[in-house]
Amino acid sequence: MTTLVFAEPHGDSVSDATLATVTAAAALGGPVHVLATAAGDAHAAIAGVEKVLVADDAAYANGLAENLAPLIAGLMDGYDAVLAPATTTGKNVLPRVAALLDVMQVSDIISVEGPKTFTRPIYAGNAIATVESSDPKLVITVRTTAFDKAEATGGSASTEAASGPGDAGASEFVKLDAVKSDRPELTSAGIVVSGGRALKDSETFEQYITPLADKLGAAIGASRAAVDAGYVPNDYQVGQTGKIVAPEVYIAIGISGAIQHLAGMKDSKTIVAINKDPDAPIFQVADIGLVADLFNAVPELTEKL
Amino acid sequence: MKILVPVKRVIDYNVKPRVKSDGSGVDLANVKMSMNPFDEIAVEEALRLKEAGKAEEVVAVSVGPAKAQETLRTALAMGADRAILVETDELVEPLAVAKILKAIAAEEEPGIVMLGKQAIDDDSNQTGQMLAALMERPQGTFASKVEIDGDSVSVTREVDGGLETVKLTLPAIVTTDLRLNEPRYASLPNIMKAKKKPLDTKTPADYGVDVAPRLTTTNVSEPPVRQAGEIVEDVDALVAKLKSMGVA
Ligand SMILES: Cc1cc2nc3c(=O)[nH]c(=O)nc-3n(C[C@H](O)[C@H](O)[C@H](O)COP(=O)(O)OP(=O)(O)OC[C@H]3O[C@@H](n4cnc5c(N)ncnc54)[C@H](O)[C@@H]3O)c2cc1C
Repeated sequence: MTTLVFAEPHGDSVSDATLATVTAAAALGGPVHVLATAAGDAHAAIAGVEKVLVADDAAYANGLAENLAPLIAGLMDGYDAVLAPATTTGKNVLPRVAALLDVMQVSDIISVEGPKTFTRPIYAGNAIATVESSDPKLVITVRTTAFDKAEATGGSASTEAASGPGDAGASEFVKLDAVKSDRPELTSAGIVVSGGRALKDSETFEQYITPLADKLGAAIGASRAAVDAGYVPNDYQVGQTGKIVAPEVYIAIGISGAIQHLAGMKDSKTIVAINKDPDAPIFQVADIGLVADLFNAVPELTEKL
Repeated sequence: MKILVPVKRVIDYNVKPRVKSDGSGVDLANVKMSMNPFDEIAVEEALRLKEAGKAEEVVAVSVGPAKAQETLRTALAMGADRAILVETDELVEPLAVAKILKAIAAEEEPGIVMLGKQAIDDDSNQTGQMLAALMERPQGTFASKVEIDGDSVSVTREVDGGLETVKLTLPAIVTTDLRLNEPRYASLPNIMKAKKKPLDTKTPADYGVDVAPRLTTTNVSEPPVRQAGEIVEDVDALVAKLKSMGVA
């Protein structure tokens, strides 16, 4: 059985999400090939990858599912499984591939238990389901925090051009308003500092959270409430329906700990919570809790670290 | 233009799900059930498009047990014009739901099918994308803004790197994200009125769709429980802890 990994587009380099997905793909047992829309040589260096298919056609450059899904589905004669990271790109494209193949996708797997058996979180991570597929081919998205990253170097895969039907014509990429930042990526950072509704507004969020994150070299995250209220952009949201993070240290500041938020961070190695309410549910999962007013505690913490 | 809005009956988002001790699933007996929150946002967006004169009719559809009628009545009370229940007691997977929706769309010919991006029970995040593939139509997933302009729709999408805008030729499939809108509550008079709105009942067989599952769930278990740790006295104690862990 040969497995295809659809690489997360990441400019001219390889995304950490792709590296974790290669590990999940390797767990299926067969050779692993990677389909990339750019940076073929960088992907060929991933340890354990046998072949890289490069589809560097303009139709595939902007992640349009209408164009990518027929490309991937068209390659599947030669593969028994296709995996992609459960990023917004993977979530957008892969179900479309699954439907073209008449296969039921297995979303967001956290382990490979057998050739067709996987575990995945359901109900915001309040339950873990073991599911077995009866479809002839597997279409899978991978929760990247659950798998170690494959080595980005050391491999020597062959590369080959891949082509598909090209532009399907019904959709057009207009623009990406990217949030530029020099910080580590939220989903792969070693330390994450997150702020919640208690931060009041965007200036206050910036004033209290940013210096602490700077001091720790941390990525910044947020609760849905903080994003909804416009303190920070949408791509900061951690949770069931935002990003899934599992850093070494997650510091939750002024976040109550709703199940939807916990779903995105409870696999962090160490959870630190600062909240003025001793009964806040976040303390039930925190390894280290400080009951305090964040407006006093956070500046003091930033200074003393 | 008509807008088709699929809605799913799921555990209420405020309820903490409990895993059954025999590992067969999550206990839903006597648990409060509601419309999937993302689907409420889809209903709201469809209604706003209708109110803005961009659509004439909003049709809600649910695939599920007889009780999913309640979910459809909620959509009707919010303002949907009529509803279709595709009744089945099977657990229908996203692929089969997409096939049923494709058959309904072939009859109804909606300009937009507006769905929630994921259901908060199985967290699959698949149905809209699958429907778009089966209908061979474009998709605007994880939408935080939807603007109709003539025969196309501009969708702003919440993606990992920020906000992306795509332009899709209608008919199109849109899936909603949290910040698209804030759904309205149904008023009491509208709840009364909704009881008289048309609700058709069908079965998957009426659409020729085989709903037999492709995935078998062999076990459902509790996730590993995190133990509550220690509450420290003050910032100095927190700093000491962090330093002992090698942080900063
Ligand atoms: C369908 C759906 C999906 C969702 N998805 C997500 C998701 O992905 N991610 C997510 O985060 N949420 C999600 N939510 C929302 C979630 O249910 C909560 O509403 C949200 O997480 C609350 O954010 P919060 O903790 O910042 O705010 P609150 O719950 O209001 O908590 C604020 C906390 O700050 C504390 N506080 C206030 N002032 C201070 C102070 N001066 N010093 C210290 N502490 C203070 C309070 O004690 C309180 O605990 C979702 C909800 C739904 C319905």
